[in-house]
Amino acid sequence: MLKLEHINKIFNEGTPDEKVALQDIQLSLEPGDFVTIIGSNGAGKSTMMNMISGALTPDLGSIHINHQDVTRLPEYKRSRYIGRVFQDPMAGTAPNMTIEENLAIAYSRNRSRGLRIGVNRKRKQLFKEALASLGLNLENRLSAKVGLLSGGERQALSLLMATFTKPDILLLDEHTAALDPSRAALITNLTKELVHKDNLTTLMITHDMQQAIDLGNRLIMMDKGQIILEVSPEDKVNLTIPDLMEHFQKIRGEKMVSDRVLLAT
Amino acid sequence: MFVAVFGSVEQGIIYAIMALGVYLTFRVLDFPDLTVDGSFVTGGATAATMITLGYDPIIATLCAILAGFIAGSITGILHTKAKINALLAGILMMIALYSINLRIMGSTLENGIGRPNIPLSNATTLFTEISAFWKSLGIDDVINNMLRGIGFEQTPNTWGTVFFMVIVTFAIKFAADWFLKTESGLALRATGDNKKMIRSFSANTDTLIILGLGLSNALVALSGALIAQYNRFADVQAGVGMIVSGLASVIIGEAIFGTKSVMRTTLAVVCGAVIYRIVIALAMQIKIFDTGDLKLLTAVIVIIALVLPRVIDKRKEQKRKAKRKAEKLAMLAQAKKEGETIA
Repeated sequence: MLKLEHINKIFNEGTPDEKVALQDIQLSLEPGDFVTIIGSNGAGKSTMMNMISGALTPDLGSIHINHQDVTRLPEYKRSRYIGRVFQDPMAGTAPNMTIEENLAIAYSRNRSRGLRIGVNRKRKQLFKEALASLGLNLENRLSAKVGLLSGGERQALSLLMATFTKPDILLLDEHTAALDPSRAALITNLTKELVHKDNLTTLMITHDMQQAIDLGNRLIMMDKGQIILEVSPEDKVNLTIPDLMEHFQKIRGEKMVSDRVLLAT
Repeated sequence: MFVAVFGSVEQGIIYAIMALGVYLTFRVLDFPDLTVDGSFVTGGATAATMITLGYDPIIATLCAILAGFIAGSITGILHTKAKINALLAGILMMIALYSINLRIMGSTLENGIGRPNIPLSNATTLFTEISAFWKSLGIDDVINNMLRGIGFEQTPNTWGTVFFMVIVTFAIKFAADWFLKTESGLALRATGDNKKMIRSFSANTDTLIILGLGLSNALVALSGALIAQYNRFADVQAGVGMIVSGLASVIIGEAIFGTKSVMRTTLAVVCGAVIYRIVIALAMQIKIFDTGDLKLLTAVIVIIALVLPRVIDKRKEQKRKAKRKAEKLAMLAQAKKEGETIA
């Protein structure tokens, strides 16, 4: 479904600020895979997601979605196949437009936009049904401006919009991190439901280890632009936080040693 | 007085088309487009030139719309493809259009060099055709007799212009309302509201910005073409400060009529344009002002319109707070009293 091969990216190449963001990333997702990604700040998690979504292009390597090479496909064309939810609840919706108008935009993601009216009666019914599944009573506020919704409501709407057209790939970039714990739990549950309902192939970045373990069938850990750990579906079933910590410690420990060696010479 | 106000209503309705164009860029696309000062003249110059060369005024006006669309699209391309800052792209296009407008009008001369103005005093324009048609209906006499009956001494020459322009302007307003509700229109609005979001829903923001600027400047050029025919004069200086008066119309309209929905806002913009022209006309009635002060007046009106809503809001807030404080103090005093009586 999704295949990353030898993805490399260096920011500010040739300047003192040069930073290796991704190093030879290899990742392959089967249809229906739900992969959670953990790693410290600057590990390259978001950079990798931006590569997949097309916001960034790799210096080297190729990206395939559904056996189609999309490496050079611009972001707006690629987003026909990719649904995205961002960390910032404000980022995934248009605040000065109504809930139904936002859904109409999501609805026409994978068809060319013409001069059909965006919100007609038939679609309104569809939107209402979809909103009802969120359980937030948004179905009765179709013509309310999205800017009036709370962060949790906006993120729930973003999630619904991102999955509305059943995209080939769903990218979730720490989409619960900016919410309070109860709202985050709500969004986590919604994520589970929506992904499960359409069996969406999903990549999710999170800082919450428990969430990374609870959700999805696979897990990867990133550090310094590399994938340092891949947990297979069989192993993930019995994975615990201490396991992850141990792996993390082990790898970080080695890194620290190698740093010291560098300093010594 | 009545005739002066009447004239400004006529003009206001024509300028309202320009204001709708400004609304499309400033508000819908969130793009401060200064091309307007140039494209307004481009519209007037194209129409006046073609009319002078003997073309039908309708064809001349349609070509003016096309010229405006092209001008706006180029600004859009400069911004999206050449990555030039929005304000600068507009200013560059505005300056370029100044020379282009001279050249357009110059094509009425044999040597083809630039020409700063074209009078249309004896030419057939849209408005001469309309008023001829209107005269044949005989409605003017009926209305004017009624007006004289209720005590107005001076009456306008023709009501045809106003009726015609109300139809044209409202047709454009309703077309804009409809367009902004279509799938493309929703994507256009989202481009002005949240670019990151609409890109993640497979819309090409570059194309939408170019399209939006094209449509906006097409309306501006139409307004310019109509004003040139209305005034029977096209002038290369006619566009100076046009963007500010467009903005004034948008802001005044929004402040008075609100922005609850797109339909409401476009209506507000049209009414704002008319009100703005009336305010200017009334100001001109005051003897101390000269026509040269017009731009200064416009700037002051825009500043007032920008500041006033905030001042009013602050006042309301202060009043509310003062009231709450007074209530709280009264409650405390009451509680204290009760406490004393119990003691």
